[in-house]
Amino acid sequence: MKRVLILTGSVAAIALGGAVAQDQQLTIVSWGGAYSNSQIKAYHEPYTEKTGVKIVNEDKSANALAGIRAQVEADNVTWDVVDMLQADAQRACDEGLLEIIDHDEWLAPAPDGTPASEDFVEGQLGDCYVPQILYATMFAYNTEAFPDGEPQTIEDIWDVEKFPGTRALQQIPQKNLEWALIADGVPDDEVYEVLATPEGQDRAFAKLDEIKDHVIWWSEGAQPPQMLADKEAVIATAYNGRIFNAQVNEDQPFEIIWDRQMLESDGWVVPVGNEDKMELIRDYLYFATDTQRLADQAKYISYGPARTSSAPLVGTFEDTDIDMKPHMPTNPENLETAVNFDVQFWTDYGDALEERFNAWVAG
Amino acid sequence: MASTEGVIKEPILAADGTPLKQALRRSQARERRAAFFLVAPLLLFILIVFAVPIASMIWRSVYNPEVRNFLPQTASALQQWDGEDVPPEPVFQAMAADMIVGVENRTIGRAAARINREIPGARSRMMRTARAVDEWSAPYSEKFLEADERWADLEFWRLLKRETRLITPAYYLLALDYEYTAEGEIRPRPEVYQIYKSLFWRTAWMSMLITGICILLAYPISYLMATQPTRIANLLLILVLLPFWTSLLVRTSAWIVLLQQQGVVNELLVALDIIDERGRLRMIYNRTGTIIAMTHILLPFMVLPLYSVMKTIPPSYLRAAKSLGAHPFRAWWRVYFPLTIPGLAAGCILVFILAIGYYITPALVGGDSGIFISNLIAQNMQGSSAQLKLAAALATILLAAVLIIYWVFNKLVGVDKLKFG
Repeated sequence: MKRVLILTGSVAAIALGGAVAQDQQLTIVSWGGAYSNSQIKAYHEPYTEKTGVKIVNEDKSANALAGIRAQVEADNVTWDVVDMLQADAQRACDEGLLEIIDHDEWLAPAPDGTPASEDFVEGQLGDCYVPQILYATMFAYNTEAFPDGEPQTIEDIWDVEKFPGTRALQQIPQKNLEWALIADGVPDDEVYEVLATPEGQDRAFAKLDEIKDHVIWWSEGAQPPQMLADKEAVIATAYNGRIFNAQVNEDQPFEIIWDRQMLESDGWVVPVGNEDKMELIRDYLYFATDTQRLADQAKYISYGPARTSSAPLVGTFEDTDIDMKPHMPTNPENLETAVNFDVQFWTDYGDALEERFNAWVAG
Repeated sequence: MASTEGVIKEPILAADGTPLKQALRRSQARERRAAFFLVAPLLLFILIVFAVPIASMIWRSVYNPEVRNFLPQTASALQQWDGEDVPPEPVFQAMAADMIVGVENRTIGRAAARINREIPGARSRMMRTARAVDEWSAPYSEKFLEADERWADLEFWRLLKRETRLITPAYYLLALDYEYTAEGEIRPRPEVYQIYKSLFWRTAWMSMLITGICILLAYPISYLMATQPTRIANLLLILVLLPFWTSLLVRTSAWIVLLQQQGVVNELLVALDIIDERGRLRMIYNRTGTIIAMTHILLPFMVLPLYSVMKTIPPSYLRAAKSLGAHPFRAWWRVYFPLTIPGLAAGCILVFILAIGYYITPALVGGDSGIFISNLIAQNMQGSSAQLKLAAALATILLAAVLIIYWVFNKLVGVDKLKFG
């Protein structure tokens, strides 16, 4: 893919006779797999075609924060634009690792002239952060494993008698602890209150203990669909777009449990230390986050665009007749029992809970 | 008598008239210099890629500049504070000044991140206050407490005072599952956070077990190889070397294919009706997986030294022992086995030291119960809650442990007796 991009890049550059663009190159860090693919098709390829700038992809977003910290500390920043989770972006921004973004100056207004700061979904823009998509993390299962009765709710996940088999969970405390509390009977809107207390944390870990022997762990978004397909796991938490990709592109018999899905945004940040390339970086960001581009991405993966103005432009999957709307995590039907993921809670309690979680997993 | 003394005192001269001793020293110095220049590139290389990084790692594990560098005025104001009561106004004033500078330079988040490790929630409190502080005026202590009453928390200030020290043992304590409180008292961490000590033990005993299994498997194979005719011995040697030359990743992946629940071994057992569909064995992503895969990968390191030593033992020794009336086992135990010890010891130290630092195989097939300390070191270098300094402390402890094991081994067996092949 990389080579194809470079090739199209240089061909386009020669065609345009753009002597400046020819040796220009952006290194963009993202999550890999189906997700990177949707960005390549919706953002990178059109941008290369338009400007001739080469785009190099690195699939390192799972370690974005640690990576940016190390690069900035060593004063050797090689990443130009990084795709990152909102909570991590806030931390990195506080630590001075990221460029501060003036949203209305850096980003394109909506087609009707609404400034960017008002066009993005409320509460998602950050000082150093431009969201692209809203994605859900939720449970999914392989229907072949449950011929007589399929799991429907979070409680079913914990019912290993009725729904036997291995569960694949993401190896982070985020979301797993929330779901554990909900499965233990904590009302959805009190989850974070309970999780802030030592007793609540004990309770969540005790609930996870119940299924620990039935759990294998994943860390990259591409793993859970693979584990479900190989039947290494029969139920897995996953990003909804990855499951969609397996359903549509690979004809896998997977089903999503939308119950208690957790909605988060994912977006771009710019590490400090690339001052000499800033013009190019800003040009790319302006292009890649405009209304049309965000709507285009939804053609390739079932994530909701982070701009309000993009929503009406979302159509069908890769110009087939598969309507994207029912697959979107933002579809009202899928949102019915959604739990609000609390970014602020995790900036405060992330360190302590991650440490405890890692000790719990390895112990 | 007198004349003899005179002769001895008279220095022996070289051909050019300089004293011989001096000439010798000069020519030897020239040789030494030449030798030094010859090895200089290698020395420099080792210094740059080995000694310097390790020294810097050890330095990082104790260096703690966040509070001192990013809250300098608060740090010095806190030195006057006795820790008994809410700090006086000058401390708050210094904190306000530091925050204004910290917000402008965008460094305040780094100090806040350090404190948040110990007091969850401190980060957002510090950040919120820091964003508001430039609108405030004296007396600051009132303003701080008005904004958030937790600014009166003595624990926070004591911790901040402790953190003003540039050198900290905190990461070593963490690496051994201890913590030291804001008052400077050292105590075990709450049980739910304890992990590293048990991981060090697990790494040690599993490495020992793997070494033990390697001995059991390698000894007969090596013996066979050493006693068979060359043609067969060479064939066996190739069978040992082929996997040895195959990439570690390929071999580990092959074990995943074989051992996973939908894998070859399980399918075979189900097909033969030895186990039923529900009872598929879990042989990977746990301790068993790590032991099987690592034993296989490290086996050649045991076979090769053993084989090279066994090959040099003349079969006539055993025959002689037997002809003198020894029982075959006694002959083997008293004559043959002692002669293989140099190879056995070399194999053991190779396998064991390689095993305790192993990373990739436990990471791929170890699941959660089969990971090693190196996997936790890596975990502390990645992810959003990465603690590079804790990783450095853990790695330093691992390095020290290996050196100690090597030293003990040297005392017991003697490194000069080893035969690596």
